[in-house]
Amino acid sequence: MIDILLMILTGIGVAFFGFVLQTSIAGVNRKVVARVQKRYGPKWYQEFLDIFKLLSKRSVTHGWIFDFGVIMALGVIIGTAMFMPLTSSFMAFDGYDNFFIFVYLIAVGMLGMAMSASGSGNPLASIGVMRALTTMLAYEVPFMIVVLTIIKLTGTSSLSEIGLFQQVAGNSWFLIALPIGGIVAVMALMGMLGKKPFETYIAPAEIASGPMVEYGGKQLGMLFIMHEITVFIEVSLFVHLFLGGAENIVLFIVKYFVVYTILNIISSVYGRFKIDQVVLFFYKWPLIMAITQAFIAIYLGWVI
Amino acid sequence: MLSTKFSPMSKEEVDRKWWEIGDFFRRNSLWMLMYCTGCCAIELPPAMTSAYDMERLGMGPMATPRQADVLLVTGYLSLKTLRRLIYTYEQMSEPKYIVGFGSCTINGGIYHDSHAVINQLNKYVPVDVFVAGCMPNTEAVMNGFVDLMDLIKNKKANGWKDYHERYDWYLANQKAALGEVRVHDEFHE
Repeated sequence: MIDILLMILTGIGVAFFGFVLQTSIAGVNRKVVARVQKRYGPKWYQEFLDIFKLLSKRSVTHGWIFDFGVIMALGVIIGTAMFMPLTSSFMAFDGYDNFFIFVYLIAVGMLGMAMSASGSGNPLASIGVMRALTTMLAYEVPFMIVVLTIIKLTGTSSLSEIGLFQQVAGNSWFLIALPIGGIVAVMALMGMLGKKPFETYIAPAEIASGPMVEYGGKQLGMLFIMHEITVFIEVSLFVHLFLGGAENIVLFIVKYFVVYTILNIISSVYGRFKIDQVVLFFYKWPLIMAITQAFIAIYLGWVI
Repeated sequence: MLSTKFSPMSKEEVDRKWWEIGDFFRRNSLWMLMYCTGCCAIELPPAMTSAYDMERLGMGPMATPRQADVLLVTGYLSLKTLRRLIYTYEQMSEPKYIVGFGSCTINGGIYHDSHAVINQLNKYVPVDVFVAGCMPNTEAVMNGFVDLMDLIKNKKANGWKDYHERYDWYLANQKAALGEVRVHDEFHE
């Protein structure tokens, strides 16, 4: 009994750590993007100020579905983050760090947000939700093919064991061992995070920030917290699957920071695709590359 | 010598402390909704981009009224846009502030004798900070934002409370200018 309680507490600690880590790194990244644009940039803790300001505001509601969806999204995402291994040996629930747990639970969080946004009754929110789900449909196919290739090669779908596999093999990261698949994964990760070329479902100038159009005050604050933890989960997935996990927590933070910063720098120089361009893009080159990589790695056995 | 004995604070004091903490966050993270009706809007791009870099004050543009804290009214308001401005202002979540740009929002500016525009903005909605000039310099615009932050710090940016307290007066002025003010809720009617 006390074991389970301790595990749950550790899990909440992991989720909180992920929130603090991602929020700080997002603040630093706003400075990095500002330097790319020849600006000075905000304080590094600006994201914390934004979130606490939103939580301190009064807000309106658009019915109980609107409120409940936000709470459901935040709760499910915190629940997902609880399973995330931080290093290859440290995780809250030992043996439950399966890749598919994250894939399924993240989708539930997204559905909570979709339900809540549709509950607001704003047509722009419905368009945004539709675009978000379409984008999800687009990037998941090539990403899943690459990840299934990795699972086939390692023989396990546990994140920490995939990380350990790469460390035992002499730090041959899958980003290097499967170079074509690595490129596909980077593109899919940009789609997951909603970074610039695939920012279609947010599109502030076009559909007024999409699903978030009717949120203000406390609900928006909770959505921001949810967004930060989602980014933590997705970038951590990439670190564990493609960058050889992490032996210790410092290495994890360094890898995490490098991945997120590089994605942000790529994002800061791009424009935005239209939604049909996003789908066509993901179903054309990344899909071809992912299938080629799977063929090369599994049937020909050419893994560097 | 200060007493170390614990004395419970009254509810007003606790509320005041929480409000001061909230004010710290609110003044360091002002999100703007730009209502660009007039020529003063051209002063905003240099204020936002690398020349003056508004983001270092924590300010940034937002897409919808629900998300925003500050409503920027940049320039003259015709009667048609005034109606939309009032709808927009009432959609924002509290605490909310208004910054009026240029002479047109203060006394009508060069359009003071036009039949199509209103002259004094703060007869219709409460304005916290005016930035004078036709058009104001970008330095003046940035100074106006810093002034707004100081007002929030000194608890003087109370326009949104004033709108609650003297709503009858504002509504009478709005009706006198527009004839009728009614928010159409096309989703739930």
